[in-house]
Amino acid sequence: MSKKTLIVIGNGMVGHHFLEQFAASEAASSFDIIVFGEEKQLAYDRVHLSEYFTGSTHADLAMGTADWYAEQGINLRLNEQVTGIDRENRTVTTPKGDYHYDELVLATGSYPFVPPIEGKEHPACFVYRTLEDLDAIRASAQDGKTGVVVGGGLLGLEAANALKSLGLNAHVVEFAPRLMPVQLDDDGGAVLRSKIEELGVQVHTEKATTAIVEGDEARLRMNFSDDSHLETDLIVFSAGIRPQDTLARQSGLDVGERGGIVIDNQCTTSDPHIHAIGECALWNQRIFGLVAPGYTMARTLSAALNGDSDAAFTGADMSTKLKLLGVDVGSIGDAHGQTPGARNIRYNDEQAGHYRRMVVSSDGKKLLGAILVGDNSYYDTLLQYALNGIDLPENAESLILPESQGGAPALGPDALPETASICSCHNVTKGDICCAIDAGCSDLGSVKGETKASTGCGGCAALLKNVVDNELEKRGVEVSKDICEHFPYSRQELFHLVKVNGIRSFRSLIRQHGKGYGCDICKPAVGSILATCWNDHILASDHVPLQDTNDTFMANMQKNGTYSIVPRVPGGEITPDKLIVLGQVAKEYDLYTKITGGQRIDLFGATLTELPEIWEKLIAAGFETGHAYGKSLRTVKSCVGSTWCRYGVQDSVGMAIHLENRYKGLRAPHKIKLAVSGCTRECAEAQSKDIGVIATDKGWNLYVCGNGGMRPRHADLFATDLNDEELIRAIDRVLMFYVRTADRLQRTSVWMENLEGGLDYLKQVVLEDSLGIGEELEQHMEDIVGTYQCEWKTAVEDPEKRKRFREFVNAPEKKDPVQEWTTERDQRRPVLESA
Amino acid sequence: MKARTRWDAVCSVADLVPDSGIAVWTEDGPVAVFYLPDRLPALFAISHTDPFSGSNVLARGITGDLKGEPVVASPLYKQHFSLRSGQCLEDETVQVKVYPVLLDDDQIRLEIPVAQAAVAA
Ligand code: SRM
Ligand SMILES: Cc1cc2nc3c(=O)[nH]c(=O)nc-3n(C[C@H](O)[C@H](O)[C@H](O)COP(=O)(O)OP(=O)(O)OC[C@H]3O[C@@H](n4cnc5c(N)ncnc54)[C@H](O)[C@@H]3O)c2cc1C
Ligand code: SF4
Ligand code: FES
Repeated sequence: MSKKTLIVIGNGMVGHHFLEQFAASEAASSFDIIVFGEEKQLAYDRVHLSEYFTGSTHADLAMGTADWYAEQGINLRLNEQVTGIDRENRTVTTPKGDYHYDELVLATGSYPFVPPIEGKEHPACFVYRTLEDLDAIRASAQDGKTGVVVGGGLLGLEAANALKSLGLNAHVVEFAPRLMPVQLDDDGGAVLRSKIEELGVQVHTEKATTAIVEGDEARLRMNFSDDSHLETDLIVFSAGIRPQDTLARQSGLDVGERGGIVIDNQCTTSDPHIHAIGECALWNQRIFGLVAPGYTMARTLSAALNGDSDAAFTGADMSTKLKLLGVDVGSIGDAHGQTPGARNIRYNDEQAGHYRRMVVSSDGKKLLGAILVGDNSYYDTLLQYALNGIDLPENAESLILPESQGGAPALGPDALPETASICSCHNVTKGDICCAIDAGCSDLGSVKGETKASTGCGGCAALLKNVVDNELEKRGVEVSKDICEHFPYSRQELFHLVKVNGIRSFRSLIRQHGKGYGCDICKPAVGSILATCWNDHILASDHVPLQDTNDTFMANMQKNGTYSIVPRVPGGEITPDKLIVLGQVAKEYDLYTKITGGQRIDLFGATLTELPEIWEKLIAAGFETGHAYGKSLRTVKSCVGSTWCRYGVQDSVGMAIHLENRYKGLRAPHKIKLAVSGCTRECAEAQSKDIGVIATDKGWNLYVCGNGGMRPRHADLFATDLNDEELIRAIDRVLMFYVRTADRLQRTSVWMENLEGGLDYLKQVVLEDSLGIGEELEQHMEDIVGTYQCEWKTAVEDPEKRKRFREFVNAPEKKDPVQEWTTERDQRRPVLESA
Repeated sequence: MKARTRWDAVCSVADLVPDSGIAVWTEDGPVAVFYLPDRLPALFAISHTDPFSGSNVLARGITGDLKGEPVVASPLYKQHFSLRSGQCLEDETVQVKVYPVLLDDDQIRLEIPVAQAAVAA
């Protein structure tokens, strides 16, 4: 039987979500699917569009991958706009040709409304909707000082924040008498306004722009109807959205009076073969300008196309919770109290800038709506009361009072009914979560994977965690330890999130899966994970703030604020010429010099400013960084081996150098040390190392998970008589498995002790490939080996990175006054009275 | 009498490192200036001297927040200091100096106490 064709017009958030649903459904097998997207890029997360200004790339924001589309057999045609629909012949037209459809889905979204103001076509006027818009704004902001946003709604304030982050003086011009007229009331708007003005964004309300003309001091001048004016270098229009219904109009589908493609409860238009979902669709005279209702439409349509006669879209909750310019704003249900007989309870602390309003039913029993400004910690509880029609407690006002004034504690997860919606983006109820747990999910990560809860806008993350923890505890499961207050995950779970979702910056990780701004626990842990996954330079500007100072400045900080320098000396083998250079450099900068326990040379006492100069000299002489500062490979110790030693049976120095060069730069949960001994006398102390190699007359014996240090552990014998190739393969796999699964700051010894199944399990995974991931581990290692760069070489060659090494940015010649020195045993050392 | 102060320009926006700190030299000694672009206010300035070691290193610590309070962790012994109040979170008897900071065009200015002699001059 030949397949039918389903065409989707628009590859935005909702269109993509529809395809995810539909591709996984039964009906998918009877359709060829074609998708047209007018934008150049694959569907991306528009909700987090502004993060494009703070470091996220299209890849961070992308909703899926081209590979996924290919795997599903979907013909994805980006950068190809549909220009017409011929309903009679069931074809769509693009500049590249005509395409037949059996079923057509319009997911064309909306476009920003620009009021008809004279001068609005000026090149310094923009809208805020696509990545291309943001590129244009960024370019224009470069040589501007001031930026104005027209429109003080939700998107307008977000745009104002973006202008601010681009370094502009930001203004917001609003036609209505208050900010966010749709979501807030007068009092709430006033509190928001004063908070935002405190932050340096100027707000002008009740201003109607009459014309945009050339400015005197800035590029543009905006004239207002009250004869006042404002000069600015660029303007962003954010005066609302209009459904993109052009194709529907042209082809004679029913559209609403004020736009929008009319759909029924099954998301079908006035033509039974044409459907519409997302922001372009008009249901019950309403447009839904949020992503969650669009997703619900997508699911409904997918079910309807699968013949599910119960599938119906029945409206959606438009409650929102956001942080605008750092100020919490929340709006729930009937926020304006339009229900007949509704009563209000208000809390207003002008001093602190907190405003909260509850709209309560006439009998005082149910919560109809709410407004929050300044503190959203009340949101989740209020939303649950409103959505689930839970009876309000007797003293309902306690729900919005601060705790110190008798406020009620948050609604515990037990109080929620099974039907309570936890994640509205993916329509996950408390009952769904309980089912997932009963079916075997035993942590937050797997519940998320199973139900998709909290993988949309992320707004439900805290509530989801509460419910999951509570349900797990009730079932007697010990709730796993989170890495810190910012992420409800262990290091291993974070590793998966980063890897699986292709996340490349701390920012996008914490936005999507965490909360707050991070700390000295999660930042370095994530820095290390990102480095292992993507191997970017650790001084890439995104990563700088994640690192411990030692990583940031690629040297170990000493007690007086100076640093030590440890060049790599692979296997401990060094030429006289290189030794001489080390001596010369140490002398020139008066550095204290010591042979380390790791068979190399440490130079102490360099100031921040001197570090790059010193490294320039060392690099010129052929040295590389020794990563003495990193959670990464330290040294591979060797003994002299068969080349010189009368007992040696293999070239231990050669193997040590080979291993050191292979694994140098590998980032790990903790430092890694190796050693290679040339015979069983074991002069390199390999059995106290993470990886120990001891020569036999047939090849090498491999030992793993040894440790010196605070709690010594003898390494375990792992495999015997390996040839060179087998040895490397086994080490590749052990190390990579460790890197992927260990907790932060867990040496291999502790990892082994906590590994379920212990040594035998590790042997199965590595030697017998019981998980079938052997090749993948090797390939990952190969990628890391192949992308190695000496971080110091990259740093000294880059003037931007070198700027970081200024002791005092405004006083290059200034010597740090607390760094006092004295001489001991002919070398310089610090004087510091201990604090 | 209230001590005399002055708003001194210490560096430009281009010198700042997002989500991290830099050190500047002022008449009042070394000061660490932090720039947290996702927060408002985004600029903080505290003494650069770590009270536990006596070394000038605080600008080189990791920034973040603990229970909502913006903090830096000393790079030497890892105590946290509030960027708003200078209070050490681990030891209530320890506090570092905080300097009012503002952005003036593209210059960062700190409010620095001025020595009497300097005022007279
Ligand atoms: C320089 C050196 C001592 C020396 O003068 O010989 C040294 C110095 C430091 N060691 Fe070490 N360790 C040095 C060899 C060792 C060894 C011996 C070895 O590698 O053969 C050990 C025991 C072996 C082991 O790790 O299993 C060792 C076990 C530690 C530990 C405890 C680790 C543990 O698992 O218990 C720490 C603390 C930590 O990492 O958390 C540590 C931490 C440190 C730090 C990084 C402490 C710090 O944070 O400031 C010291 C920094 C020195 C610097 O500024 O460069 N150092 N340290 C040695 C450098 C070797 C090298 O060339 O890279
Ligand atoms: C800055 C910003 C912040 C936002 N914040 C939030 C938020 O916090 N919470 C929330 O719920 N919502 C938010 N939204 C709204 C949310 O992004 C939208 O609800 C969502 O993107 C709608 O999805 P959609 O697929 O209907 O439309 P879109 O994502 O706009 O996708 C439509 C796609 O169709 C393409 N297209 C149109 N016509 C054609 C054609 N003829 N041929 C081919 N392709 C075509 C368009 O180019 C576009 O790529 C925000 C929006 C913006 C811009
Ligand atoms: S043993 Fe202690 S004092 Fe000595 S180098 Fe190692 S960490 Fe420093
Ligand atoms: S509500 Fe948006 S992800 Fe759950």
